[in-house]
Amino acid sequence: MAEPLLALAGVQTHIGRYHILQGVDFAVPNGELTMLLGRNGAGKTTTLRTIMGLWRASQGSIRFEGADVSALSTPAIADLGIAYVPESMAIFAGLTVEENLILAARSGPLDSARLDWIFGFFGALKKFWHLPAGLLSGGQKQMLAVARAIVEPRKLILIDEPTKGLAPSIINNLIAALAELKKTATTVLMVEQNFHAARSLGDSVAVMDGGRIVHAGRMADLAADAALQSRLLGLSLDAHQ
Amino acid sequence: MSSARFDFIPLVLLAAIALGALALIGSPATWVTLTVAGLAMGLLIFIMSSGLTLVFGLMDVMNFAHGLFIAVGAYVAASLVRLFPAQAGSESFAANLVALAPALLAAMAAAGLLGLFFERVIIRPVYGQHLKQILITTGGMIVAEQLIHVIWGPDLITLERPGSLRGAILFGDVALEKYRLAAVLLGLAVFVGLAVVLNRTKIGLLIRAGVENGEMVEAMGYRIRRLFIAVFVAGSALAGLGGALWGMYQEAVTVAIGAQMIVLIFIVIIIGGLGSVTGCFVGALAVGLLANYVSYLSPKVALGSNILLMVIVLLWRPRGLYPAGGR
Ligand SMILES: Nc1ncnc2c1ncn2[C@@H]1O[C@H](COP(=O)(O)OP(=O)(O)OP(=O)(O)O)[C@@H](O)[C@H]1O
Ligand SMILES: [Mg+2]
Repeated sequence: MAEPLLALAGVQTHIGRYHILQGVDFAVPNGELTMLLGRNGAGKTTTLRTIMGLWRASQGSIRFEGADVSALSTPAIADLGIAYVPESMAIFAGLTVEENLILAARSGPLDSARLDWIFGFFGALKKFWHLPAGLLSGGQKQMLAVARAIVEPRKLILIDEPTKGLAPSIINNLIAALAELKKTATTVLMVEQNFHAARSLGDSVAVMDGGRIVHAGRMADLAADAALQSRLLGLSLDAHQ
Repeated sequence: MSSARFDFIPLVLLAAIALGALALIGSPATWVTLTVAGLAMGLLIFIMSSGLTLVFGLMDVMNFAHGLFIAVGAYVAASLVRLFPAQAGSESFAANLVALAPALLAAMAAAGLLGLFFERVIIRPVYGQHLKQILITTGGMIVAEQLIHVIWGPDLITLERPGSLRGAILFGDVALEKYRLAAVLLGLAVFVGLAVVLNRTKIGLLIRAGVENGEMVEAMGYRIRRLFIAVFVAGSALAGLGGALWGMYQEAVTVAIGAQMIVLIFIVIIIGGLGSVTGCFVGALAVGLLANYVSYLSPKVALGSNILLMVIVLLWRPRGLYPAGGR
């Protein structure tokens, strides 16, 4: 197997006096979409924040393209070509949709061909281009949060539970958009609780529990194994859909 | 400060203050004079406070030494104006500018440099620690005030208005001081300039985004601390400019000028909503107007009236008139 784009080995993270990540090991293969699954509180968000340098790993290594990035500042990590869509979306409510995207486009002016590609699956962003982002609906905010991450080509995109709290039709819209993104061979690490989304998008999968990885493999294998699902996730993927 | 969907409701507050005062004062001529004085004072307070509100909004930094930049601006301007007595006193505005322009620029430069020093040496070690920020910035201000005593002496020094801006213009029976009109124009120019920077430039967008969510700005690859230093220095320079103009407004400078203004400035940025320049602008106008009306109607309660205004605004909108970032 080729060298993974991102590899975590023995990563531990403390938040205050809490020991949250207790040795996280997994790899994100280049060009694939890797699903990070796990119960509430398993440490998925903490893992993404640690990769972004928003929490500091106290032990272990985080290798991106072979180089350890665990001591870099957050902006330096972003500069490597890593984009982050946090669980809270963190859109800038007082800025318009356009202004949010202008800031996300680090290397220069917005690229209109790329924007048209985004508008193709997130049409609402075109419609509300000049509206303050705080006035968008929850689903539209999530579209904007994802659009910020892909407004320029990036090497790796971290997405934390994009379907959380959204209506099924919007979830399908997001799944379709991420499927489009996959066609560009962009590497994605995505946290997801929606099993339908996880199964339809995931190439590989890592499952967390109690601040550790308890399973890693191919998504198709996990999707086909109901017993493994219920052991790892406490319930069957199919039961949820 | 987004141009789309501007919230006009807080402007009703300004109208209510102005119309209420008109009813109480009775004489329209007096009211117009007081209103212009209030707007001038409000706009000068705005110049002094706009930087502080962004400094708090961006990095959650409580800088109690902000009054120092005001004082330094006023003293530096006073020293420079004295170097050009003929030009400063001339009736020609062009001649005045020969004295005024270097004085104001030097006031901004001195305050900005002092701001840079403060940020790097005094505030940087206490990022994220409010209590220490309050203590160390207050301590820094006390030390710096002593240095001002040493440099400029303990006594009041005069800072005369430029010759062409002395006296008043009469409109019927309404007398409007020229200097106040000039202060209104300059204050509006600063507001428009800030609005353009914040709304039309990438660095302005970054500042507004950083006030809302600095962590996300960093995750997008921007170094928020550099942005913060730039804002801190610019805000200090503006405080220096405001101090120089306020010194001329009062035609005198004392070391207490910063401490006098800082109370009003904190009221203004709290009323406006911490981190919001629009809120700071509206809050400054409200405070300036109220201060002038009340000191005419009942001088003893002038400061109290502004504290009351703050309480009322916070009961109405607990996060200020224009809460930064939250919708
Ligand atoms: N700022 C914090 N301070 C203290 N503990 C925290 C903090 N953030 C997270 N935790 C704890 O860390 C553990 C992992 O949290 P994390 O948010 O990473 O879980 P998660 O897998 O993303 O959960 P969810 O599916 O609910 O989003 C939880 O027990 C949580 O309570
Ligand atoms: Mg989470």
